[in-house]
Amino acid sequence: MNRRLILALSLALAFAVPLSLLAGRVWIAPFSPMTGNAALILMELRLPRAVLALVVGAGLGISGAAMQGYLRNPLADPGLFGIAPGAALGAVLSFWTGYAASVWLLPVFALAGAAGAMALLALVAGRQAGVALFAMAGLMISSLAGALTSLAISLSPTPFAMGEIVTWLMGALTDRSWREVLIAAPLTAAGMALLLTAGRGLDALTLGEAAARSLGVEPRRQQALMIAGVGLTVGAGVAVAGIIGFVGLIVPHLVRPLTDRRPSSVLMPSALAGALLLLVADAGCRILPLAGGELRLGIALSLLGAPFFLGLLLRMRRGLA
Amino acid sequence: MSADLRATDLSLGTRLKGVTVALRSGEVTAICGPNGAGKSTLLSCLAGLTVSDAGAVTLEGEALSALPARRRAQAIGYLPQGPEVAWDVTVDVLVALGRLPWQDASSPQGQAAVEAAIATMDLQPLRTRPVSRLSGGERARALMARVLATQPRWLLADEPLASLDVGQALALMKRLREQADAGRGVVLVLHDLATAMNHADRVIVLKDGRLATDGEPDQSLAADIIGAVWGCEARWLGEPGTRALSVS
Repeated sequence: MNRRLILALSLALAFAVPLSLLAGRVWIAPFSPMTGNAALILMELRLPRAVLALVVGAGLGISGAAMQGYLRNPLADPGLFGIAPGAALGAVLSFWTGYAASVWLLPVFALAGAAGAMALLALVAGRQAGVALFAMAGLMISSLAGALTSLAISLSPTPFAMGEIVTWLMGALTDRSWREVLIAAPLTAAGMALLLTAGRGLDALTLGEAAARSLGVEPRRQQALMIAGVGLTVGAGVAVAGIIGFVGLIVPHLVRPLTDRRPSSVLMPSALAGALLLLVADAGCRILPLAGGELRLGIALSLLGAPFFLGLLLRMRRGLA
Repeated sequence: MSADLRATDLSLGTRLKGVTVALRSGEVTAICGPNGAGKSTLLSCLAGLTVSDAGAVTLEGEALSALPARRRAQAIGYLPQGPEVAWDVTVDVLVALGRLPWQDASSPQGQAAVEAAIATMDLQPLRTRPVSRLSGGERARALMARVLATQPRWLLADEPLASLDVGQALALMKRLREQADAGRGVVLVLHDLATAMNHADRVIVLKDGRLATDGEPDQSLAADIIGAVWGCEARWLGEPGTRALSVS
């Protein structure tokens, strides 16, 4: 069942990637001889952007699936660990200090923020590694990073910096180049590898923490895999694209009914579906005629995600009633 | 019969105070006691899931705490109290989780173990049914099959009969007896003293974290001991094997 789903999603991606490359303000006709401009647009603008959408989407999808498995909660989202807000805080500080002017430093700051959040999470959750305590620690870090981000915005040195920060926080893939791909791809790949390794432990956690331990899962190892895996994928994603919400929440839900519902079975399909969703959404943002520029990807996904989330809540309420 | 799962002078905070027991495979051992006596804590220590402050648990002579988690998991199956299933997997998938310690769910050997566990618990007609659509009894059987699929030498369960009706409880006890007859060590925390009396080979009674008695059911659950431990006047009615408890 799973193999077929992965194949179908891969095929969908194989169709969607070339299509998304053609779409945009300038449409590129696939079968006519390419002019110099078109080649430039394709290779230097759209291709890196598409690859980045795939990388960031896959990272968000798989870390959402892993988080839901780890917390045994279908409403969990990668943002819950506080890693995305931590990365955002790092990026905001790079704007605040003016270091964002150097193209490499913004992602470096963001990754440092993500690493800081990861370290704090490991420290607070401590040796006992209970999942509930861990989630609370993540929530605390999340709100702390959020508050500090707001503080940075309110104290921003210039209105220009404030504008930059606010725009960046909305999340987008516009004007990204191969440089961002180079930063995000290896980190995301490493994080995904860690999360795939965590799959067996996530399956065992289906039966609760005590049963999982009785099945040979070591809680501290599992926790370390989760922190590092989610930290690398989400940290890398935020570093190059800003905050893009809801992908990690929605995608595992869409995918889960098509699998045997074991957390490990949801991981890889969620990565592929996340990549597909972000690619299509980003192409949509590019095409949509909007005065004053493009619809920001982060906003578009939140607009899509909020009603989806509401629907999910209503369905759960019916289930509980 | 060899004594191969041993707890020696086990202490943990106020919950366990110097408990020493030696359990034998091939037997059904019941752990009984009033609420808060330390039954679940003792079982969890025996399963290697809770580390005691003092004392040690040994499995066939080896310290349980020194055993790698996977090897321990292969030897000791554990069913927690009120077991949860977070995702709505099918019975098949649930039972196959029992192969995680062996990491061989897709190999012929792993599949054979899953098949055997499903057959033992009479789950063939339910194997593609999601857990959410099982009755309480069916669910208890599926969860027990998950533990059996590991093919552990020891089978530890914390109140496996809770939420089962009398018929279902009896059926499950009979299956656990078969497991003991097949050479496994079966250790159960039981609330219902009559079940312990009728179905266990041996009963361990705890009170306030201390070992009160340890012996055959007739001895361990004698009326005077029930009086001293549970604080009520008790009388056993009926014949051995089908005894009922009258309390006042």
